[in-house]
Amino acid sequence: MDLVSNILISIMIAATPLVLAATGELVAERAGVLNLGVEGMMVIGALAAFAALIKTDSLVVAVLAATGAGASMAALFGLITLNLRANQVAAGLALTMFGLGLSALWGQGYSGLSAPPFPRLEFAGLADLPWIGKLLFHQDALLYLSLALVAAVAFVLERTRLGLILRAIGENHHAAHAIGHPVIAYRYGATLFGGALAGLGGAYLSLVQTPLWAERMTAGRGWIALALVVFAAWRPWRLLGGAYLFGAVTILQLHSQALGIKIDAQVLSMLPYLVTVVVLVIISRDKMRVKLTAPACLGKPFHAAA
Amino acid sequence: MQVAKRLSALLALLLAAVLTGAGVSAQTPSKPKISFVYVGPIGDHGWSYQHHKGLEAIKQEFGDKITTSYVENVPEGPDAERVIDQLAATGSSLIFTTSFGFMNPTIKVAARHPNVKFEHATGFKQAPNVATYNARFYEGRHVIGLIAGKMTKTNTIGYIGSFPIPEVVMGINAAYLAAKSQNPNVKFKVVWVSTWFDPGKEAAAAKALVDQGADILMQHTDSPAAMKYAEEKGVMAFGQASDMAPFGPKAQLTAIVDDWNPYYLRRVKALLDGSWQTGDVWDGIAQGTVVLAPWSAKIPADVVKLAEAARDNIAKGALHPFTGPIKRQDGSLWLKDGEKASDKDLLAMNFYVEGLEGALPK
Repeated sequence: MDLVSNILISIMIAATPLVLAATGELVAERAGVLNLGVEGMMVIGALAAFAALIKTDSLVVAVLAATGAGASMAALFGLITLNLRANQVAAGLALTMFGLGLSALWGQGYSGLSAPPFPRLEFAGLADLPWIGKLLFHQDALLYLSLALVAAVAFVLERTRLGLILRAIGENHHAAHAIGHPVIAYRYGATLFGGALAGLGGAYLSLVQTPLWAERMTAGRGWIALALVVFAAWRPWRLLGGAYLFGAVTILQLHSQALGIKIDAQVLSMLPYLVTVVVLVIISRDKMRVKLTAPACLGKPFHAAA
Repeated sequence: MQVAKRLSALLALLLAAVLTGAGVSAQTPSKPKISFVYVGPIGDHGWSYQHHKGLEAIKQEFGDKITTSYVENVPEGPDAERVIDQLAATGSSLIFTTSFGFMNPTIKVAARHPNVKFEHATGFKQAPNVATYNARFYEGRHVIGLIAGKMTKTNTIGYIGSFPIPEVVMGINAAYLAAKSQNPNVKFKVVWVSTWFDPGKEAAAAKALVDQGADILMQHTDSPAAMKYAEEKGVMAFGQASDMAPFGPKAQLTAIVDDWNPYYLRRVKALLDGSWQTGDVWDGIAQGTVVLAPWSAKIPADVVKLAEAARDNIAKGALHPFTGPIKRQDGSLWLKDGEKASDKDLLAMNFYVEGLEGALPK
């Protein structure tokens, strides 16, 4: 049953960039910041990670560079939308295009280079367990980090004072402001966190999935991450499930083809997107449900004087 | 409400991407402008990269007699028409549209701009001002098929396909027939990824194929991701479009390299001396458009000999990769004993040959 285990490992690897980027975006959105620039932050993170790895040979530096680059992009977004109060949708779209263009420009010297494969952790003894050993105890560090981050975000948002404040700001920034919380500062924090995680998601592509740099290598994953946040109705654990479901559909369609199962490849390629649309339709079916799940101040600029 | 907002935002993005996708450079009216339209990024190290090398060669050869411009990442479909039209309307004399999906847009735009000349790669529709050009990649596929048939230990070859168009189907059939001629037990597993360029998905497809027993990978997609994966896993692979040895120094057996430069230089020269005419050119190994990268040291001497003999015989015209008897997958006869496939048949190929498993997507 090596094949099943291998398929499950592929699914986790396919899903992890989405888990990382979407978790970051989820935090930003819960604080009321709609950043559509995930794709741009991811691709910059992918390049930063790869370039740093080539220059320093250090995976730690590469990962830090990716989070730093993603956060810098997010800081730019924060400056434009939080300080200058530009429209968040327009600024996010611009951020994506800016990131794609900038990474193509700066990445020119890196596109023919090759990096070593990303090491996998091995938990002594456990990794040799039959069936689940390789699956659970022989993955790369970033994959474990992504799971830990989902747990941490779920805990902080639902169970801590910090999470309560963030959610309050996302639901009603005037009320939060009135009781003395610095709305802009918290939103900056959430936006930067989102950017850092998007950068990390990009790093997962250029360090783990395919250790190389290619222009536009995110290939739309930033948009899928954005859709996943809605898909998950802004809940971290559901988001994890959604990302793994998405990864599963992607990988299973490849395997079913190699096994010779007769389903049209085009239909299979469409499936993940179809699932997203169906879930979007289901959760937006009635007004109440959307109201209850989406942060009420999502995408709205905050004027302290109001 | 929020959801509706989000969806409209996504739509806005699509529009914005469409509007900014084409950065067209300013022209100097006195010199003929040569323009290129690419489907992928010029940094893909595959298909678009090789066409862009052609543009560089044109610049070097003709220097300040011409100006050049290019638009990369142009999606196949309605958007392509707008990009090509824009290039035609802003002073281009000769426009190369370098992907199969640009065929109908090119023909449409050409009808509106009778004074501009167009060249469409890999298509089959011509007009007085639209020439087509293609390369006989299937000749290269024949050679790598021979090598794969000889070298596979698991008798399983993994093939990553992009879209089931004749060009790609022809390649699968050519490689399979050649592999089968050397190894009657060989099996091909074909995975369609429905994209020309998505390194993550191509790598996932490569992994799926290796997980299912393939020890040699072939690809008809544009990124080096599968080669990179083969290198990591210690399996073998063939490079596509460009020499991918930097990504798989141990994994690459050889690569089918597209060298468009001779054709591009010829056509620009024809434009400049006024002899440009429409036409349909399909060059191959003989003309140097299809080139095989240096053999890997892993290939045993007798297999190298076999591959070189096939390559040289194809160049001489003594060997046609599609020579009968060949049956279709459903068992019906396609080519009689000794019959060679016509170019027309090849360019319309929409079936697997006998022995291939799985259904060809429609």
